[in-house]
Amino acid sequence: MELIELHDICKTYHLGDIAVPVLKGVSLKIARGEMVALMGASGSGKSTLMNILGCLDRPTSGEYWLDGRDVSTLSADERAQVRNHSFGFVFQNFNLLPRTSALENVAMPLSYTAGHLSERQARNQARKVLEQVGLTDRLNHEPSQLSGGQQQRVAIARALVNNPPLIFADEPTGNLDSRTSEDVLDMFEQLNGRDGITIIIVTHDALVARHARRVIHIHDGLIVEGAYAAGIEAAPRPSDPASPAAELGGGG
Amino acid sequence: MKVYRTARTAMTALRRNPMRALLTTLGIVIGVGAVIAMMEIGTGSSAAIQKTIATMGANVLLILPGTAASGGVSFGAGSVTTLTPQDGEAILRDSPAVRNVAPIVRARTQVVYGNRNWVPQQMTGTTPEFLDIRDWASLAEGDAFTERDVLNANKVCLIGRTLARELFQGESPIGREIRVKNVSFRVVGVLSAKGANMMGSDQDDILLTPWTTLKYRVTGSTLSNPNQSAASSTGSSVNTLNKLYPGSAPELYPKQSETQAANTPLPVRFANIDQLLAAARSPEEIPAAIQQITEILRERHRIRTGEPDDFTIRDMTEMTNTLTSTTRLMTNLLLCVAMISLVVGGVGIMNIMLVSVTERTREIGLRMAVGARARDILRQFLVEAVVLCLVGGAAGILLGHGGSRLVELLLRWPVATSLPAIAAAVLVSASVGIIFGFYPAWKASRLDPIDALRYE
Repeated sequence: MELIELHDICKTYHLGDIAVPVLKGVSLKIARGEMVALMGASGSGKSTLMNILGCLDRPTSGEYWLDGRDVSTLSADERAQVRNHSFGFVFQNFNLLPRTSALENVAMPLSYTAGHLSERQARNQARKVLEQVGLTDRLNHEPSQLSGGQQQRVAIARALVNNPPLIFADEPTGNLDSRTSEDVLDMFEQLNGRDGITIIIVTHDALVARHARRVIHIHDGLIVEGAYAAGIEAAPRPSDPASPAAELGGGG
Repeated sequence: MKVYRTARTAMTALRRNPMRALLTTLGIVIGVGAVIAMMEIGTGSSAAIQKTIATMGANVLLILPGTAASGGVSFGAGSVTTLTPQDGEAILRDSPAVRNVAPIVRARTQVVYGNRNWVPQQMTGTTPEFLDIRDWASLAEGDAFTERDVLNANKVCLIGRTLARELFQGESPIGREIRVKNVSFRVVGVLSAKGANMMGSDQDDILLTPWTTLKYRVTGSTLSNPNQSAASSTGSSVNTLNKLYPGSAPELYPKQSETQAANTPLPVRFANIDQLLAAARSPEEIPAAIQQITEILRERHRIRTGEPDDFTIRDMTEMTNTLTSTTRLMTNLLLCVAMISLVVGGVGIMNIMLVSVTERTREIGLRMAVGARARDILRQFLVEAVVLCLVGGAAGILLGHGGSRLVELLLRWPVATSLPAIAAAVLVSASVGIIFGFYPAWKASRLDPIDALRYE
């Protein structure tokens, strides 16, 4: 069974009396263990799609089956539970709690559902995932004492702490330089390859999308798979700046 | 989410901005501190005033015998002696509102020690309960006389400060013999100083003896002629008519001399006393006590319904009421002021919490994204506000308590630690936290995670 199945998802925002259709019937299947890049120019609807995929938002119409369960009609509280159990989120601007140690930042999601864990177990779990992202010596540092790459790794550890089958990364390298970007993306590949975690990266950067095994393009609220994607798969390495695919990707 | 963990999360969040948390709680600290200080000082003054009134005899009921009237002419209170010690015992036994009863026999005559003499304003025959009723239990020297002294009409006495000063001039009166109308009394104790009463008469100018002693050994009479100095000067003990016309029936036994009679009093069966002094259990129970005493005495004196009482009861309720209501008014007034400052403190908390919610919008969005439900967010911010208020309340209690102690030390004002006030302060600060923390917390919980995450 597929991990994610979208059937004809539509999302329409209402600005006053004007209806703005953002997603116009998206159907999509993502299997367990895939690493997918979601690409598109800004305004193409990729953030909206990711919000719906991440259960932060509800589609106006259509069905969203997550692991064999229809989650498109859940209440806000039930969606919060799904987010806590099934998803990890990594954001462009890290979104770490200021003046709070890395360990506490990572343990934070546990406090919302893992009532069965004691304080000690929660901290142990947080320590374990921080070691996994290679921050063993930064446990008690606050975000302001960490570099951008380290902050993003703390954020990844926070996404991992609940052992979710699926991680959403929204422009995870948007605020990082190219070298740390590579580190972070390597980490995603490692998590995908070694631990079998399904990863969905939202980006407008073709260089980032290259790390994914599958690229889904969104254009004007519709999925454009195939030609574009194939073009990217076949595109030359990023050392060639004249590549049309890179230009297209960077256009957002 | 466990309560402990919620509280811990709240503490962590507050610790991130300690200066602001401190300034926020300041309103509550001052509010609660003011409430506690006001309550303690208010209760202290109230207790002090009540104590002062009590030493003046606020709970005391004076039961006077009734009035004799002849041909429409009344002779005033006490002109008939209708009260007995048994009345007193019955009142103590049957009236639940009465704490204690003491009979009183009064006299006014000269007291002699060595080459000095003095006429005390009060010469009172009574029982040891008198001291309890008048709040006079602590003696300056020696011990009080006992029930046994009363039963045996022992010649012992307690003297007041003024009398001790006048007769003994600084030397200890304990164990000395003083003479009252040629009856020799041993001084067993000296009363502590009580000063003048409301009317300005010296309460320390007093001599207390067992009432039996005073009645049977000294006066042999009652209130109808309380000034024994005057009575003895007229010397009515010799009936000259009898001497002129000797009685027809010869005496079988030699008559007792006056000294013999005084030394062997007859067993007391029915004796009149001048007054009864009763103490109500508390100022509030005075009306009940009056009613119960009236019923008991009417029954014992066999007064039919419709007939007037043959006794009068006097109390000092009016004075007590005035003074306690003044104190209560003061305390309430100060409490109102303190409450206003608490509300101001609460508004301050609401203000800062609203700012905090806005400032932490992204954090709220993040928490929601990782699985916090709306009610988790609501609870977190509510707990933060309550923690702020409770910490502020605790600090306020310390501050207020310290403040009132300081007032006690520096200004010598009486204060009393008031547990209800502390409990109320904790309760009030927690409710201030809930009431004023609810709106910001509710606002936080209503945020949309997508918008909140994107908030700049």
